[in-house]
Amino acid sequence: MTRTATQAPASNDPVLEARAENRVWKKFRSHKSAMLGGALVVFFILIALAAPLLPIPDPAATDWSAVRKAPSWAHWMGTDEIGRDVMSRLIWGAQASLAAGVVSVGIAVLFGVPLGILAGYFGGWTDAVISRCTEALLAVPFLILAIALAAFLGPSLTNAMIAIGISATPIFVRLTRGQVLSIRQENYIESALAVGLPTPKILSRYVLPNVLPPILVQSTLTIATAIIAEASLSFLGLGQQPPAPSWGSMLNTAKNFLNQAPWMAMWPGVSIFFVVLGFNLLGDGLRDALDPRDH
Amino acid sequence: MLAFLLRRILIAIPTVVIISIMVFGLQHLLPGDPLLVLAGEERDPAVLEALREKYRLNDPIPVQYLAWVGNALQGDLGVSLRTNQPVTELMAQKLPVTIQLALMSMVFALVIGIPAGILSAVKKGTATDYVANVVALSGLSIPNFWLGIMLILLVSVKWQLLPASGYVPPSEDLWQSIRTMLMPSFVLGTALAATLMRHTRSSMIGVLSADYVRTARAKGLAERVVILKHALRNALTPIVTLTALLFGELVAGAVLTEQIFTIPGFGKLVVDAVFNRDYAVVQGIVLVTAVGFIVMNLFADAMYFVLNPRLRGS
Repeated sequence: MTRTATQAPASNDPVLEARAENRVWKKFRSHKSAMLGGALVVFFILIALAAPLLPIPDPAATDWSAVRKAPSWAHWMGTDEIGRDVMSRLIWGAQASLAAGVVSVGIAVLFGVPLGILAGYFGGWTDAVISRCTEALLAVPFLILAIALAAFLGPSLTNAMIAIGISATPIFVRLTRGQVLSIRQENYIESALAVGLPTPKILSRYVLPNVLPPILVQSTLTIATAIIAEASLSFLGLGQQPPAPSWGSMLNTAKNFLNQAPWMAMWPGVSIFFVVLGFNLLGDGLRDALDPRDH
Repeated sequence: MLAFLLRRILIAIPTVVIISIMVFGLQHLLPGDPLLVLAGEERDPAVLEALREKYRLNDPIPVQYLAWVGNALQGDLGVSLRTNQPVTELMAQKLPVTIQLALMSMVFALVIGIPAGILSAVKKGTATDYVANVVALSGLSIPNFWLGIMLILLVSVKWQLLPASGYVPPSEDLWQSIRTMLMPSFVLGTALAATLMRHTRSSMIGVLSADYVRTARAKGLAERVVILKHALRNALTPIVTLTALLFGELVAGAVLTEQIFTIPGFGKLVVDAVFNRDYAVVQGIVLVTAVGFIVMNLFADAMYFVLNPRLRGS
């Protein structure tokens, strides 16, 4: 058993593992744009978590004496059409965006990865059925599918997350299947089969750990896409419902007041841009750092 | 080549069947009696009975599905609850608008994306390459509906150069039609340009290190000739395929772009349908875009053969 274990790249040997971790971390750290991406992501996560603790006005508190006020000392980013503080709504809105990104990708990984492993490892009919379903889902443009699902499930943030999660699932099925197909040819799988290891053990001990790095990269990049998708759905009125704050719905309202209150349209877009850029940079950096080809 | 394409078409058939099952299944996600959904505000028992008959709602679900598919194959995707128009007719009306938007966006995408990709590949590792990459990644990270809002703010509200919304058919006034479509297609085009640039870059980098490029250089050909004639031609093959595959992004992008610029196209139709609970229209659009994507895929496969002489013989 120990022999097969040391053959596998994802070994249980703590020394080897630590060395591999160090290498990846070193490479990642030297990647300036990835570090910038990581910093952006951490910044937004901290802001979202700290929202209840920050000394900011209630995001839902209306103030009819301060309707559509330009940025000032009292309201750093101005106020909206019913006198709510834009900055406070922006900070609370970060929660909806990040939650949507993480939860929907979580759903996609939870369903996509096992299906991909099944398809790739067992082949035959299992593969044919899973693959055709994946192709069918992939054929519907991501946002159209999410809109249709959100429409039939009813508009809410939870349903938007489910809709985005289902729409993103085929990406993970396809990726995992491809990875498993190549891992299946490796010697360590053959050895594991030869010593009579039961299939569930082979899958969990040798297949899963080796498909994880590319899935981590894809998850990071898909969170970026999912955040844009949630903002798009909320912008269309199919995501977070008012009065709860979300960047997409803030933009939806702002679009009607472009003449009178352009600041309302500015910040939600800037926030979406930076958080998405953060995840994109982080994903690109992770891909380079985890790529075993050039170290 | 024919055998290959035939095989692709055969594989596409089960996929289309699954898509139709998915789209049909959507209406079962709705709570309550699907009949009331199909009927909308209509509560006349006679009409309800006719609908029940037409969609075979008393029959088991598989029979209902077959009836639905049978109608769909004859071009009957149901009737819009709001306008009482057949869904197919409604889509056919809106399609030209979105096609115009898509074509103009594609022009922006190709004109920006491909030269930027070539430049960044040729100058790999330099400041130019770095800037091009940052711009492309930013392009991927900007929500295009926000870009649209900002452009309206700047170009229409502040400078009053272009109309902020609306649509003029080209048959009515070609110049005005292009003018109104300019901003929306720029917004949609830049989003695609970023993807196109990244792919052109990596494809060009691969080709530039190939032997025949070195040979061409060794022959003393001008660098411009080497890049444009020898390298680009080969690098473009995967790009042509990709362009066909950008169809999905184009349709999805059109939904938001049309919403912002109030363009009465396909994308606006689906959003309006969602809010009017016009479910037959939503189903029709999902079905048509998905089948459209499969057709574009087959087209991309065919193009791959046409553009790659090495594959033609096999």
